[in-house]
Amino acid sequence: MIEKLASLLVLVPVLPLLAAAAIAVTKRPHRQRASTLAIGAMGLSCLIAVSAFLAIAGAPEERLVRNFDWLHIGNTTIQLGWMLDPLSAAMAAMVSFVGLLIFIFSKGYMAHDENYTRFFGFLALFGAAMLGLVIANSLLLLFICWELVGLASYLLIGFWFHKPEAAAAAKKAFITTRVGDMGLLLGMVWLHAATGTLTFYTEGGEGCLQAGALDSLGAAGLTARLIAPATLIALLLFCGAAGKSGQVPLHVWLPDAMEGPTPVSALIHAATMVAAGVFLMARVFPLLEVGAAMHGESHSVVTPALTVITWVGAFTALFAAFIAVAQNDIKRILAYSTVSQLGYMFLGLGAGGVAVGMFHLLTHAFFKALLFLGAGSVIHGCHEEQDIRYMGGVRRWMPVTFATYAVGMMALSGVPLFFSGFWSKDEILHAAHGWPVSHIPFLMGSLGAVLTAFYMTRQVCYVFFGPQRSREGADHGKAAHPHESPRVMTMPLVILATFAVGLGIFGTPAWPWAQSFLEGEHAHLAFGHLFSGEVLAVMGTSLVCVAFGIGAGWWFYGRQPISSAARPDALEERFTPVFVALKNRLYVDELYEATVIRFNALAARFFDVVDRWILGGAVAVIGYLVVGFAWIGRFLEDHGVNAGFDLGCRGIRRGAGAGAALQDGRVHNYLRALGIGFATLLLLMTWGCH
Amino acid sequence: MSLPAWTIYLPFLGMLVLLLWPGATSRDARRVALVTMLLAGGAAFLSVLRYNPDAGWQEIVRLPWIPQFGIEYHLAMDGISACLLLLTAVASVVGVLFSWNIEHRTRAYFAFYLALIGGVYGVFLSRDLFLLFVFYEIAIIPKYFLIAIWGSTRREYGAMKLVLYSFVGSAVALVGMLAILAMGWRETGTPTMDLGLLARIPWSGGFQAWVFPLVFVGFGFLAGMWPFHSWAPTGHVAAPTPVSMLLAGVIMKLGAYGALRVGVGLFPAGVQMWQGTIALLAVCGILYGALVALVQQDFKFVIGFSSVSHMGFVILGLVTLNRYGLGGAVVQMFSHGILAGLLFGVVGRMVYDRTHTRQLPDLERMHLNRVLPFAAWTFVLAGVASMGLPGFSGFVAEMFVLVGAWSAFPLYAIATGVGILVGVAYTLRAVRRAFFADAGRAVAEAVALEHPLPPITWPEKIGAVVLLAASLMVGLNPDLLFRYVLPGVDGMLGVMAKGGGL
Repeated sequence: MIEKLASLLVLVPVLPLLAAAAIAVTKRPHRQRASTLAIGAMGLSCLIAVSAFLAIAGAPEERLVRNFDWLHIGNTTIQLGWMLDPLSAAMAAMVSFVGLLIFIFSKGYMAHDENYTRFFGFLALFGAAMLGLVIANSLLLLFICWELVGLASYLLIGFWFHKPEAAAAAKKAFITTRVGDMGLLLGMVWLHAATGTLTFYTEGGEGCLQAGALDSLGAAGLTARLIAPATLIALLLFCGAAGKSGQVPLHVWLPDAMEGPTPVSALIHAATMVAAGVFLMARVFPLLEVGAAMHGESHSVVTPALTVITWVGAFTALFAAFIAVAQNDIKRILAYSTVSQLGYMFLGLGAGGVAVGMFHLLTHAFFKALLFLGAGSVIHGCHEEQDIRYMGGVRRWMPVTFATYAVGMMALSGVPLFFSGFWSKDEILHAAHGWPVSHIPFLMGSLGAVLTAFYMTRQVCYVFFGPQRSREGADHGKAAHPHESPRVMTMPLVILATFAVGLGIFGTPAWPWAQSFLEGEHAHLAFGHLFSGEVLAVMGTSLVCVAFGIGAGWWFYGRQPISSAARPDALEERFTPVFVALKNRLYVDELYEATVIRFNALAARFFDVVDRWILGGAVAVIGYLVVGFAWIGRFLEDHGVNAGFDLGCRGIRRGAGAGAALQDGRVHNYLRALGIGFATLLLLMTWGCH
Repeated sequence: MSLPAWTIYLPFLGMLVLLLWPGATSRDARRVALVTMLLAGGAAFLSVLRYNPDAGWQEIVRLPWIPQFGIEYHLAMDGISACLLLLTAVASVVGVLFSWNIEHRTRAYFAFYLALIGGVYGVFLSRDLFLLFVFYEIAIIPKYFLIAIWGSTRREYGAMKLVLYSFVGSAVALVGMLAILAMGWRETGTPTMDLGLLARIPWSGGFQAWVFPLVFVGFGFLAGMWPFHSWAPTGHVAAPTPVSMLLAGVIMKLGAYGALRVGVGLFPAGVQMWQGTIALLAVCGILYGALVALVQQDFKFVIGFSSVSHMGFVILGLVTLNRYGLGGAVVQMFSHGILAGLLFGVVGRMVYDRTHTRQLPDLERMHLNRVLPFAAWTFVLAGVASMGLPGFSGFVAEMFVLVGAWSAFPLYAIATGVGILVGVAYTLRAVRRAFFADAGRAVAEAVALEHPLPPITWPEKIGAVVLLAASLMVGLNPDLLFRYVLPGVDGMLGVMAKGGGL
């Protein structure tokens, strides 16, 4: 059975691909046919992927590979193939399921778009490439799909290309991720040069992630007393992952990518594609582990590559969370939150291994897709308004959206016990706590957790509570107040919300089924783990963080309803007054509060400025430099190379002109020349005779 | 077994038919050309199908020609020739389809066109150095007339520049060729121009050191090798669209093929001496072409400079001296031939012939994605294919070159990566400015009503689809080409190892 499913797994990406091809030749007016094709194909894929997942859930130690020869190079061959193992099965099931729900949601969300057919064609193309990526058993095939998801993302961000911002964002996204991809490509070429294969696993053990190849990668460096090639290859691959998953400093494209339609943001820029970087690192984890120094009782492996990943992840998690606090666009808040959560995943992966990072990836996919679709529903209901200052009180008109959004918000903030985000984030903090290199990532992660709870509370207060604050001068007529979205949009929300709650059951410390599954082991139920000292301590910390974050958020934004959109943000507002009160009355509590807030707001602004001016500026400067060089090149081309060529031609033409002047066709001139020549000859000869 | 030779004879026969049929209308001329190219292309396909890649060289014709110098009329093919025959077959047929709207002196146009293709097939099949050179020159001459008579922007300038560059290159290569003849005569006692025999002569290191750059650079002129590339963009822009397609598609490959067969094939020690320098030039070409393409205002110049960049990969692959690099270079010749042809087809035929401008700022105001959606989407696909998107031929080819380059000169491989990145930037810029800079449906429709453009015709559609399909087929199943190319490359490397002591 499981053998058969492994063979069938190839259909998972192929079906959406066929649907995409069919939609490509469908004419624009056949809207119904396009969406039915895409949703149908995704549904079937989901069915197969979930069956495969269930099959392997009973035997997590299995890894079934299906390779075929793609290219013969003399006596070596390049193989492509796919595999069924816990990692690919979990990802395929998640991507196809979340994808299916988002496809269905899009049917409602994009109902009035003129390019509905093309939209579903691109979505199906994306689904195919993403599913191909997760089941690939070869770095080459993975890279192929990796580039295809990038292309689909480019096409979908720029879907409304008549908006200049959308077109610019699409280009920025493609180019920024391509910067990382160059690292990936070079890492791949190097890996091929070093091991002679790009297949991950083969039945004979010749894959590049199997013992033989890894030993040679680690050993080469030990003899040369340099950094092991494995480390450098891993770091090059990480460049690609950082680009795709929006890690600092390559995160700049992700917030801009929100110019795409909201279902696209949910699918590509929250749940699936941006997580591909984390997935890639999980997939090549054996490579990252090469040369690991084992640290006694803590189960962490420490290698230079993993250390880099941990630090980058921790920094991004905190950095993006700060920025999220100061945003007003509902989708941008979520975008920075995604960047931050991806940072958590890398932190978990680097400090705690595959299972920790991947479990958060899976839970995050559900609740972040839920939040984005919820945001989409709100935007749809509020007549395309995206600024949270102009929303307010939406709760009254959109009860389903509100309820599901609240679930998503609590899952993201990590509200204890009942929400999946709590368990997965707790695992990460736990891993960071036990990381033998440094405790700072743990502190950064905890502070990030406070901020996460804070900015989500702020957002929910702004959007769903208080009075309605529509834009001045806006149409106050019939459709002024928001309306709930149609069922085709709310149904996916409800399903996603169920999963955002339910998934947590599979990853508690008492029964870490998901973690064991991802590491290829069977799980054991042990309630004792739940009450061991360290687990409780970390859980307690994260509980305090969440409570503090939500509490502070409520204090600033929920306590008094935000009456008007023009009112400055509570944080902004409180700067000076609280500071003055502090000077005058010297209340220690308030002093503390004010400095924290001030620091918070300053840091938020600071990182925003860094993000906008320094990193954005660096990108711009590099851009200008490139353009400058290009102009110099063109100048040289026009005035150097071409001028030289023209000069040469002119010389030849002049010479030819002078020659031609001699042949002027006048006989007496010729005779004269003849005479002179004859006389000269005579003179020379007589002279020569003497 | 002389089927492959018919790929040469058929175009010349077709040319004779056109020349001897004074009453032929434009329609007749087109049909004669199309039928001839289809027959020749069919012959090429059949001979590749019948060719057994493991058998090494397959003799086609061998007749003495100028015995005093050991010159023979000697045609033969191996896997590398097979790959390039396929390219010529596809490109020449599509070129005729894209010439469908030529009304000015149609008969003469197609006569020149056929002569050019005959020469190209000849080069790819020649096993004799002198014969190769003769066909090479035959292919250059019609090019001048095609550009000077049917061209556009500064056509006399472009045509003359192209021919001068070609002839300077040829002259340099000719010197090398004479040196090879004389030196070979001295070494072996009998004169020979047979490439197979020449490759087995153990040339002295000193001789290789000066004759290799002469030959390589001589042929490199036509391959658009930096800094001798300057004819390429101007020539491409000046040429009528189908001729740009052929220039980029097959003519540049003639140079690369010559450099491969004569330069690399005969002088392995010379390559080793010069490979660092030439690789540096190749990388400069890749980066320079891409950067200059980034700031062009003329749409056709963008593609022209991108050709310089992509041909840099071919040059880089040629001097890696390993099977990945050489194999990648040959497949890149195929891939670039197909894709550059397609890009020029879209820019020159589909867009320029309708809008009469190639300036990006003007095109921005034309809403071409709505007016000519077929052209827009074809360009998007061709663009992503040429920037190396996996699934298309360019990716496999460039990746093989990179893998080869990585083991020969890793630093250059990294610089090449930057070139690929800039490639993404200029392609996206061109896509956006030429096709997708619009302000919504209503405005676009108003503009379209004001200046109606004729719709895309069937010959254009068929041509575009054929080229895209060729690129996709190779990208998805590279074995289609590599099964011919790699044995050919291995055979060459084997001979080089024995003869030149590689």
